[in-house]
Amino acid sequence: MSNTIAAIATPPGEGGIGIIRISGKDALSIGDKIFLNKHNKKLSELEERKLNYGHAIDPKTDNTIDEVMIVFMKGPATYTTEDVVEVHCHGGTIPVRRILEVILESGASLAECGEFTKRAFLNGRIDLSQAEAVMDLISAKTDSSFDVSLRQLKGSLSFEVAEMIDILMNMLAHIEASIDFPEDDVEEMAYEKLKSESEEVLNRLNGLLETVSTGKILKDGLKTVILGKPNVGKSSLMNAILKENRAIVTDVPGTTRDIIEEYVNIRGIPLKIVDTAGIRETEDLVEKIGVDRAKQILEHSDLAIVVFDTSRKLDDEDLEIIELVRDKKTIVLLNKTDLERKLDENDIRQHLKDIKIINTSITEGDGMKELEDTIHDMFMSSQVKISDNTIVTNTRHRDQLLKSKKNMTEALESIDISLPIDCIEVDIKNAIENLGEITGDSVGEDIINTIFKNFCIGK
Amino acid sequence: MNKGYNGGNYDVIIIGAGHAGCEAALASARMGKKTLILTMNLDSIALLACNPSIGGTGKGHLVKEVDALGGEMGLNIDATVIQSRMLNTAKGPAVHSLRAQADKYDYQIRMKSVLENQENLDLKQGEVTELFVENGAISGVLTRFGAYYTAHSVIVATGTYLRGRIFIGDLNYEGGPNGFYPSNSLSNSIMSSGFEMRRFKTGTPARIHKDSINLEKVVEQDGDCEVIPFSFLTEKIDIEQIPCYLTYTNENTHEYIKENLSRSSMYSGDIEGVGPRYCPSIEDKVTRFEDRKRHQVFLEPEGRNTKEMYVQGMSSTLPEDMVLAMMKTVEGLENVEMMRSAYAIEYDTIDPTELRRTLESMKVENLYFAGQIIGTSGYEEAAAQGIVAGINAVLKLDGKDPLIIDRSEGYIGVLIDDLVTKGTNEPYRMMTSRAEYRLTLRQDNADLRLTEKGYEVGLATRERYEKFLEKKNSVEAELKRLKEFKINPSSIINEKIRSLGTSELKTPTTLCDLIKRPELNYDAIEILDKDRPNLSREAKMQVEIQIKYDGYIEKQTEQISQFKKLENKRLSQDLNYECIKGIRTEAIQRLSLIKPESVGQASRISGVNPADINVLLVYLEQQRMLKKRSESVE
Repeated sequence: MSNTIAAIATPPGEGGIGIIRISGKDALSIGDKIFLNKHNKKLSELEERKLNYGHAIDPKTDNTIDEVMIVFMKGPATYTTEDVVEVHCHGGTIPVRRILEVILESGASLAECGEFTKRAFLNGRIDLSQAEAVMDLISAKTDSSFDVSLRQLKGSLSFEVAEMIDILMNMLAHIEASIDFPEDDVEEMAYEKLKSESEEVLNRLNGLLETVSTGKILKDGLKTVILGKPNVGKSSLMNAILKENRAIVTDVPGTTRDIIEEYVNIRGIPLKIVDTAGIRETEDLVEKIGVDRAKQILEHSDLAIVVFDTSRKLDDEDLEIIELVRDKKTIVLLNKTDLERKLDENDIRQHLKDIKIINTSITEGDGMKELEDTIHDMFMSSQVKISDNTIVTNTRHRDQLLKSKKNMTEALESIDISLPIDCIEVDIKNAIENLGEITGDSVGEDIINTIFKNFCIGK
Repeated sequence: MNKGYNGGNYDVIIIGAGHAGCEAALASARMGKKTLILTMNLDSIALLACNPSIGGTGKGHLVKEVDALGGEMGLNIDATVIQSRMLNTAKGPAVHSLRAQADKYDYQIRMKSVLENQENLDLKQGEVTELFVENGAISGVLTRFGAYYTAHSVIVATGTYLRGRIFIGDLNYEGGPNGFYPSNSLSNSIMSSGFEMRRFKTGTPARIHKDSINLEKVVEQDGDCEVIPFSFLTEKIDIEQIPCYLTYTNENTHEYIKENLSRSSMYSGDIEGVGPRYCPSIEDKVTRFEDRKRHQVFLEPEGRNTKEMYVQGMSSTLPEDMVLAMMKTVEGLENVEMMRSAYAIEYDTIDPTELRRTLESMKVENLYFAGQIIGTSGYEEAAAQGIVAGINAVLKLDGKDPLIIDRSEGYIGVLIDDLVTKGTNEPYRMMTSRAEYRLTLRQDNADLRLTEKGYEVGLATRERYEKFLEKKNSVEAELKRLKEFKINPSSIINEKIRSLGTSELKTPTTLCDLIKRPELNYDAIEILDKDRPNLSREAKMQVEIQIKYDGYIEKQTEQISQFKKLENKRLSQDLNYECIKGIRTEAIQRLSLIKPESVGQASRISGVNPADINVLLVYLEQQRMLKKRSESVE
């Protein structure tokens, strides 16, 4: 039981707080990597068995993830009898998972179903009478998570992973054939080819890691664009969101000088509002930066919030905006409901049939909660409604992709310094094993079958 | 029950004097047991029935391991080698593989002589026709001529002889390899002891007369300048090497084969046995890889005093005349004279999953199996099993713990664990890709991995053990020195460093860190390290490998320590898996059948998944606690 494990300890879904538990010999050193209190003290510099206030940070970027309370409990007087660290953060899926992810990136492995309990039991912590319950727990949990992961696998992820395994398997078979049958006419695997194929897999892994949707939202924030013609209330909306929700980061320079990105945290979802100087100053995005540029920004965004003024009828400019967002995830705000009404939901639905519409009076604060609920439901509900297994499995996939990436990176480093092919093979094989954890494949006999399928060998 | 006349009483009897039988018999006798080895024909001892060579990838590693334990194969090939090559030298040290051409006659004669001169060992000709089992344990064997021998343990190492059947084109008949008789009765006796038999097949190409080869038209293949020994005991081999030759098939060959495919016994449907994929017949190669314009054909000498040449790459089950015609299409073989026909042989094997990791059978106590009879192929694989069966038969007789080499300790461990845990659907050949810890399981460190074990069980000699200790100590001392010895970046030093084609030193640097640089090695930095100790070549190699591949070796060491944790969790052979709540039905069936000896082994059984293993772990802990509790009550 030497490896250190981590998992979310609180039930899935929304809650007041979320707890992530780390258990094992590296628990404290991992805690040190992901936490700082306001006096810049690490967990190991703080008192044991006391809740400490501070921030969870991403050690790679030093960015703050969330405010947390953290506690270190030295074994053996803990649940698992090992060293344990617990991180208490804001409830809601996003901060909890983001913190779990940086913990995994800092060296912990994701706990198997029932593993804390199993460790507690194996370390003599749980009474004998509970042994059967533990066994039941393990077998039941594993079965259901297996189903969930199978369900998830129907789709592009499994396809992509299978393709990468395929590339790696063929590389591996080639390497193995040249090693095991040096006198047969097997062409040596050239280092250039090894390099280019390894790079391709690494690129695919990177691409996949970026597109795994929750991973992307967690990492980059939900890219949001606010649209509307002048004076409909865009800047009020922006200010309202910023006021109600603590901005995590402000004034991050964007790709052009016109654009500023504001990060806010809405119910655990980091929203990256693509502001333009335009919204706040001239209130006219389309006019200021042009329709093409607006289209471009929209293309890379995850969410569009379109604001209409209900005291005015739809005009050509509004219709132009409607056309822009036709294929986007969009929320329509019918603003200024406190004024005389000349526009209602039906006017919008004529053009955008299944659109989500909220009546707001931004200056009065009406409808803001509904907006937040809607954003949350749109992006998180599908994951929250399914059991925690999905979340775990998702994190597990990401974890395996990251491990695979690490192995491929090491393979490429070894290729660059021309280490022997049988060393490089170790990394490639490990990368396949990591990906195989996602699809349920293992190298084993498969590789030997591939060798005999692809190469004419033997005497 | 007719038991015949009393031939004598033995501790251990070995049936068969092939590569498995010889190692088993020598191990048993050398460990002090009264041992009998029976063979159907004293002229077939250690017969190289197929290719006249020992070693190669994976297989060479096995020979080195057998040697490290105190076996004979390495010494025997060192004494009879006629050409030697180290394969894979362009790749990393873990896959360097020694392969030697043997004088097949010398090889047999020397091994026979070793058996004849071995204390405690009787060598007799006799076909065993029946095994005797009493109360679930082996008690003796009966030969065709009526000799009854009692034994505490019996090791069956009968190779491809059991109900052997030879196939040459349309012709097939009962026969053993190389013109010897088959053994037809023993199969029945083994089956009536409760074993199921399966049919496997293998084949061998024709032998041709060297003078009929047009040597102008084939490529000479010489051995390496220096002959590197297999055995850690052999200091030096000084011989005149004999060349092999390389030629190729061509489209005419392929066309001829395709036209006459229907005459091949493989395609006639007569053969039911499963053949090995890595020994495809030429018919297979031509049909499965149609786009290949040519295939290699190696011509290998069978000895110093014979003109017979082995035609590697042309195994075939075509009729004799067609094999001849086919060979004549090959460049350099236009006027070839065939001396022996190619043939396929089909034979009985047992299912290796019926064996324990000691190679003792689960059905009959003290009955062991080793070699092709359990479904492997290759001389080296057979020898490896022979030595393990021999050692363990003796250890059990003495009431000692068995010798189990696990997957992290040797290819022998990989071989046996694969066989008894997963079984095999074709004749099993060792390949380095089957080993998880290949970088650690190198041929150069087989002695460091296994000699101590061989010595502890009483097989490896004092001489061998001391040699091992000396190498081990000098490697460790030198590694320590290199890690501590720092070179200071003076201008004189840096000039030397530049001359080695590597970047200058800026801070004091250890010799170890210098060796790690890709452009440097142990020998290269001698100019910076004048007072280094005088190391043997083997020790130097160890030092360099351990420094150069340190990062990867460390990775594997970590993996191995994880692996060992589950390996060290023992499972009782009497464990009733049906009583364990939570294990799936399929897993229960597999576990009950294979009877794994450790949780690690259980985890490698197909059909047993990680959740089953977790349940098993919890169950074991529960049992341990129950036991502890009842003890404290007492």
